[in-house]
Amino acid sequence: MSDSTTITTKTPEETKQEVEKSNKNMMLNVGPSHPAMHGVIQISVELEGEVIRKADIEIGYLHRAFEKHSESGTYTQVFPYTDRLNYVSPAINNFGYAGAVEKLMGLEIPERCKYIRVIMSEIARVADHLTCIGASAMELGAFSVFLYMMKAREWLYELTENVTGARITISYGRIGGVKADLPKEFTEQCRQALKKTREVLEEVDGLLTRNRIFMDRMRGVGVISAEDAISFGITGPFLRSTGVAYDVRKAWPYLVYDRMNFDVPVGTTGDNFDRYLVRMEEMQQSMRIIEQALDQIPEGPTNIDHEGRVIEPDLMADLGKFGKTAGLLKNETLLEPTLEGTGKRVHLQIRANDKDAWIPPKEQVYSNIEALMNHFKIIMLGHGIRPPKGEVYNMVEGGNGELGFYIVSDGTDRPWRVRCNGPCMRPMAALAGIITGGQMADIIATFGSVNMIAGELDR
Amino acid sequence: MEVDKGGGTEFGFFTSRLDKMIGWARKFSVFQYPFITACCGMEYMSVACAHYDIDRFGAGLPRFSPRQADVLFVVGTISQKIAPVLLTVYEQMCSPKWVVAFGVCTCTGGFYDDYATVRGIDHVLPVDIYIPGCPPRPETVLNGLIMLQEKIQNQKQEV
Amino acid sequence: MPEAEWSKTLKKIQEQFGDRVIEMHAQLGQDTVVVSKAAIFELARFLRDDPDLKYNYLMDLTAVDHFTRKPRFEVVYHFLSLEYNARVRVKVPVGESDPEVESLTPLWKIANWLERETWDMFGIKFKNHPDLRRLLLYPEFQGHPLRKDYPVTKRQPLVGPKDPQA
Ligand code: SF4
Repeated sequence: MSDSTTITTKTPEETKQEVEKSNKNMMLNVGPSHPAMHGVIQISVELEGEVIRKADIEIGYLHRAFEKHSESGTYTQVFPYTDRLNYVSPAINNFGYAGAVEKLMGLEIPERCKYIRVIMSEIARVADHLTCIGASAMELGAFSVFLYMMKAREWLYELTENVTGARITISYGRIGGVKADLPKEFTEQCRQALKKTREVLEEVDGLLTRNRIFMDRMRGVGVISAEDAISFGITGPFLRSTGVAYDVRKAWPYLVYDRMNFDVPVGTTGDNFDRYLVRMEEMQQSMRIIEQALDQIPEGPTNIDHEGRVIEPDLMADLGKFGKTAGLLKNETLLEPTLEGTGKRVHLQIRANDKDAWIPPKEQVYSNIEALMNHFKIIMLGHGIRPPKGEVYNMVEGGNGELGFYIVSDGTDRPWRVRCNGPCMRPMAALAGIITGGQMADIIATFGSVNMIAGELDR
Repeated sequence: MEVDKGGGTEFGFFTSRLDKMIGWARKFSVFQYPFITACCGMEYMSVACAHYDIDRFGAGLPRFSPRQADVLFVVGTISQKIAPVLLTVYEQMCSPKWVVAFGVCTCTGGFYDDYATVRGIDHVLPVDIYIPGCPPRPETVLNGLIMLQEKIQNQKQEV
Repeated sequence: MPEAEWSKTLKKIQEQFGDRVIEMHAQLGQDTVVVSKAAIFELARFLRDDPDLKYNYLMDLTAVDHFTRKPRFEVVYHFLSLEYNARVRVKVPVGESDPEVESLTPLWKIANWLERETWDMFGIKFKNHPDLRRLLLYPEFQGHPLRKDYPVTKRQPLVGPKDPQA
């Protein structure tokens, strides 16, 4: 624990003096670079033997000015930054932000798009929980669990890549829709991946849930009461482990969650083991949601026969530039040459049909002046998407709890203020209190169950 | 590669062969110290796990103490606040040591051009291999690793 | 929105704090109250403890810099009531010359960190806060970056490694 990687960057003056006075206590820094601190935080603890007497947590090592960047770009330019908030489940952040802007503009998004958002969010949530449990099990010495979990996550990443074109930083959300439709084989692939993930979860369940060592290190450790959790504003699995069944998807349904049939698992004691169990069960529930959504998702007329051949986007651009626009409208092309599901026919299914927020399909841009103007108005600096004056708070259930976006608009194409209210900060604020009085080695287990994601904590 | 320092041909011959041998040994025992801060860490996890299997290149064992590591993998955005820590970690490593910049944030700062981040870690410490990408795909990382191995093989070895 | 259509929360606040309420609306279905600086602590306690409201969550605490407007800043609170499944947003205008509001740390524990962050980013002080230091940035940092007059790319000199013994 007291490895050479413990570096003091800041020691509070008073704490130091106190320690000097009573020389039986020892100051120890865990982090910022420490094998069990996935992500960078520093926990300075004052130890009496093995028992923690006082703890101080320093965060902010990954402050990347998300809120400042959002103010300096247009509404669409915020999406890449939201990917990197909670980089384990980027889809949820994308949709949370997009939802906020849509609420502000009063946009209604198509049915199919809502289902796509639900499916992608739940895939992200499963990946998030897989990473959390895998990493925290690894820190307790169960390395094989980590390898299994990563294997399962890899299947989900492949799935994500098929749909969005990227593995992690997907930028898949758009204001009023998503970037692309689901590819043709998605349903089949998704069911396969879920089946394999279930097998992995079963295996992990066998390895951990009744494992004596694991239970001894998790049970009764890191306990927090429901009152404390509420006072700290904690949401998500951390809150549910204390027995409070608050889930944004149930309490404030968004997208099509009100049509889904799923349970919210709760714990009883609020210790690490309960949090582990809650996360395990949540993954099962998420997969249930995905399967229901796959059954219910409305098929658009994406398979309708059409005239004309599919031509390459760059060729179409060239034709358009030389004015050879005759018959171009009949053709179909992909918005993104590398991605399936971005053709013209699917456009109406996945984007809100609103000229204020919707980039028209490329075929129309290159063949008629209205669409060209529309495209121009949205892309050009100083025009763009302009929500009306006002403010909005939109929340979604992120991997770790309620993820809120508070947007203030002044009527221009740039947000006046974007506030991301990430769920990670609350358990981190509570952590110092939770670990005080416990054993030094329990920091690892408790910290693992917080599932701190530095990008979202420090923004 | 400069080998012929001693003047005599035989001496040069021996040093060059010795150099090669040490290089060969070193390139397949890359003990890395992953300095993980941000999103790139997720890709690093993927690379290190069974799917992409970094063990094939003799780099499977991360050492979480800089004193036992040869290669510093800087993975993720380096902010102004963490930069002194990174430098301390680098200074604690024993020579010979190499630094890999993993992800565009560490190469140039990426799209985080703001008051809180460092524009590329080469403002703070010398870098041997840059792996671009945001985050780089696991294949890119493996490619970077192979390039690092070539570099280790071909350089003049300190003993 | 006409007064008759106000939610229970807004009506109750109007009853109790009528004289100190500056503005009230429910734009986009989100209850919003603007109150004067002096009333915020009392209002927060009222929202938390009133048996008809029970806003037991402090969901978010942040600020907005309106720059050209006077007063320049606005501290924004979001409260959530688990029991009644209701939300309310409370805003407090704060002037540039004396940016200080009452701290909510006695009521909610999370207020401690959220207020530290707001101090860090906007330079708004919180009276009676036990430990008001920077949360995200380092102590050597000059200025408050989320104020509109701080340029996004304005870097400050790197702080070198410190001697842990010193
Ligand atoms: S390069 Fe991209 S993925 Fe990697 S840390 Fe930077 S922002 Fe994150």
